Amino acid sequence: MEDIVKDTAVNESETKNDYVLEVRNLKKYFPIKSSFLRLVIGNVKAVDGVSFAIKRGTTMGLVGESGCGKSTVGRTLLRLQSKTEGEVIFDGVDIFKLSKKELRKIRPKIQIIFQDPYSSLSPRMPIGEIIGEAVREHNIVPPEEYEDYISRIMRACGLQEYYKDRYPHEFSGGQRQRICIARALALNPDFIVCDEPVSALDVSIQAQIINLLKQLQRDFNLTYLFISHDLSVVEHISDTVGVMYLGSMVEYSETEKIFSNPLHPYTKALFSAIPVPDPDYKMERIVLEGSIPSPANPPKGCKFHTRCKDCMKMCECVVPNYKEVEPGHFCACHLYNSEEENQAAEEEMKKLEEEAELANKPGTPAAEPEDEVVEDAKEEEKASETKE
Amino acid sequence: MALKRKNVNYISGKESRNISKRNREITRRLEKERNNSKKDSSLYMTKMHDENNVVEMDNVCTYFFTDIGVVRAVDGVSFNIPKCSTVGVVGESGCGKSVTSLSLMQLVQRPTGQVVGGEIRLNNDDGTAYNIVNTPTSIMQEIRGNKVSMIFQEPMTSLNPVFKIGAQINEVLELHNKEMTKEEIRERTLEMLKMVGIANAEGVYNMYPHELSGGMRQRVMIAIALACSPKLIIADEPTTALDVTIQAQILDLLRNLKDKINSSIMLITHDLGVIAEMADYVVVMYAGRVVEKGTAQDIFHNPCHPYTIGLMNSKPVVGKQVEELYNIPGNVPNPINMPNYCYFKDRCEFCDKEKCSGRYPPEIKISDTHIVSCYRFMDQGEVMGYPKIINTEEL
Repeated sequence: MEDIVKDTAVNESETKNDYVLEVRNLKKYFPIKSSFLRLVIGNVKAVDGVSFAIKRGTTMGLVGESGCGKSTVGRTLLRLQSKTEGEVIFDGVDIFKLSKKELRKIRPKIQIIFQDPYSSLSPRMPIGEIIGEAVREHNIVPPEEYEDYISRIMRACGLQEYYKDRYPHEFSGGQRQRICIARALALNPDFIVCDEPVSALDVSIQAQIINLLKQLQRDFNLTYLFISHDLSVVEHISDTVGVMYLGSMVEYSETEKIFSNPLHPYTKALFSAIPVPDPDYKMERIVLEGSIPSPANPPKGCKFHTRCKDCMKMCECVVPNYKEVEPGHFCACHLYNSEEENQAAEEEMKKLEEEAELANKPGTPAAEPEDEVVEDAKEEEKASETKE
Repeated sequence: MALKRKNVNYISGKESRNISKRNREITRRLEKERNNSKKDSSLYMTKMHDENNVVEMDNVCTYFFTDIGVVRAVDGVSFNIPKCSTVGVVGESGCGKSVTSLSLMQLVQRPTGQVVGGEIRLNNDDGTAYNIVNTPTSIMQEIRGNKVSMIFQEPMTSLNPVFKIGAQINEVLELHNKEMTKEEIRERTLEMLKMVGIANAEGVYNMYPHELSGGMRQRVMIAIALACSPKLIIADEPTTALDVTIQAQILDLLRNLKDKINSSIMLITHDLGVIAEMADYVVVMYAGRVVEKGTAQDIFHNPCHPYTIGLMNSKPVVGKQVEELYNIPGNVPNPINMPNYCYFKDRCEFCDKEKCSGRYPPEIKISDTHIVSCYRFMDQGEVMGYPKIINTEEL
């Protein structure tokens, strides 16, 4: 067993490149079970084909409305829950192919900071123990240096040494978030998933935590995946930004590019909705109608077409490709199709139309059940629309 | 080690018992006064100082009598809400902005929480005004929902899960409009639902809250609040629990409806962006006191109080790149042992040892609309007076 571990270690150093983490076509479906017999009757497609890569020492921001699957991405790529499909490659190793023992070796390298500092700390453990438990478990430092190490980590995160024997309830929200950060940092990780680390905090505390995260990144050469719905925070902290909508990545680019020149209509609407602290600033706001459709029954074609103001006919049935529109700027939208892609899409559209016509004709039993499903889906869509 | 761990704020059981005994005496007396049903109307009817205001807050003090001491949650807060305007109240959590709004609705958790002093004048539109602080509960019930109504922060928890949406809106109308028939009420409810942008009003009328999304629930909350066309809507962090895109929808809706029914909004939030977009007047609160107030232009283009400046700089703004965000050093002072000097002195970067010594700074009028409580402006404007402090020993 040890040999295998060594082997993977060798592989790691060989394949070590600029990218700490690569995610390829990650999918995560949650099954919907019927009340009777517990049969799987459908899937909530929380994450539906997401791919990205993060360079060492940089921060990637992941934004989107609630329910679009950003947190699920964060949890799945740490293997806190299983995947449905796809690959997560961390330092040249596919996380989902590791055995339990190997995974344990790699765990300290990937850490997570949760959203709510009030519920993610055990109320019965003193702070020193919360931070140090995993350090001892993973033998990060020799036992005789343990106390010093914990004190050092606490100081780096702006916590006083003598807090060690105190309990979480004695701390304010900002300090608790510092404890969470210290807990993640104590394992000397390469990569940290920050799942909305500042959204439960006050504005002035937010600034402290963001500054701390940035400073730690410089000092320890950390890589972050920063999940947040607060776009101004994401713009401040990230080097690259990915925008998610209903389980898929719709746009990905460097922060400056994406904020100065958003391509996807959803990104445009999202950015125009950010309130600006200037009373004289009048912006042209694109107000999106309705709310996000159910991920259990996503719209056909482009998932955004139900709320898009630039919706074309092909958007309703053909799924747009996720492609590089400008160098380093990826987007999934028919607006930026090349002519070849347009042609392909139109052909596909025709094909779909023909199929639909065939299905409408009586006496074609093979296509009938499919048709029903389509109609059902449409009805359900209507129902959900009316609900909104 | 043992020395370090000793908490300054520690009180023994005996002390705590004494405190709660004294608290009980005070709260009992205050409750007795309040529950006196044969109160003469002259005790709670007053006159507005300016008829163009909907609400005038005058040195309002709301204290909480807890077992570890008296918490001065709101301590001498004064500001006005003019007719047909939006007043934004900003501050960090725990600064007393929510308690201010609850005092205005007389919804402070009694008997621990008591409005112990000051006046809250609510315009009655006929030359008279209610002083909410002394108004008996029976009259308050007519005011709540009818003249003043409130939109709460969490649409998920503030609707009753076991009643249909229609019934919950009907309830408000039934209570305040006894002469309306059932059909009229139903029609009005449907009209309200359409007004807040719910397309399928008939369908939603017969739905339960769990069938709606967060944004839709907040719309229903707004419909309930607006059902009786109140003159003042208190929106307590109406969009904090919502996404940016939904937030934009809700803010648009609030702004349009305000003009439609000619009411004022008191908008409580910690998001300066939302304030800038919505508010005509801004009140900045810190540790239970108003530190700065003025029009939105005054506050955003010429912030004067160091706390306001710090608050503005600590929020990242899209399009403005800064290497490091400003953070206000230190913490909010302990609400039980408030210092007897400027509350912000220990965290202030502009603090001047000579100028800033002495008691809490007075309100200083530096322009017609702009008032700030800071010693730095002592020579630059007219001194309006110190906030009145109520001694708990005298109660």
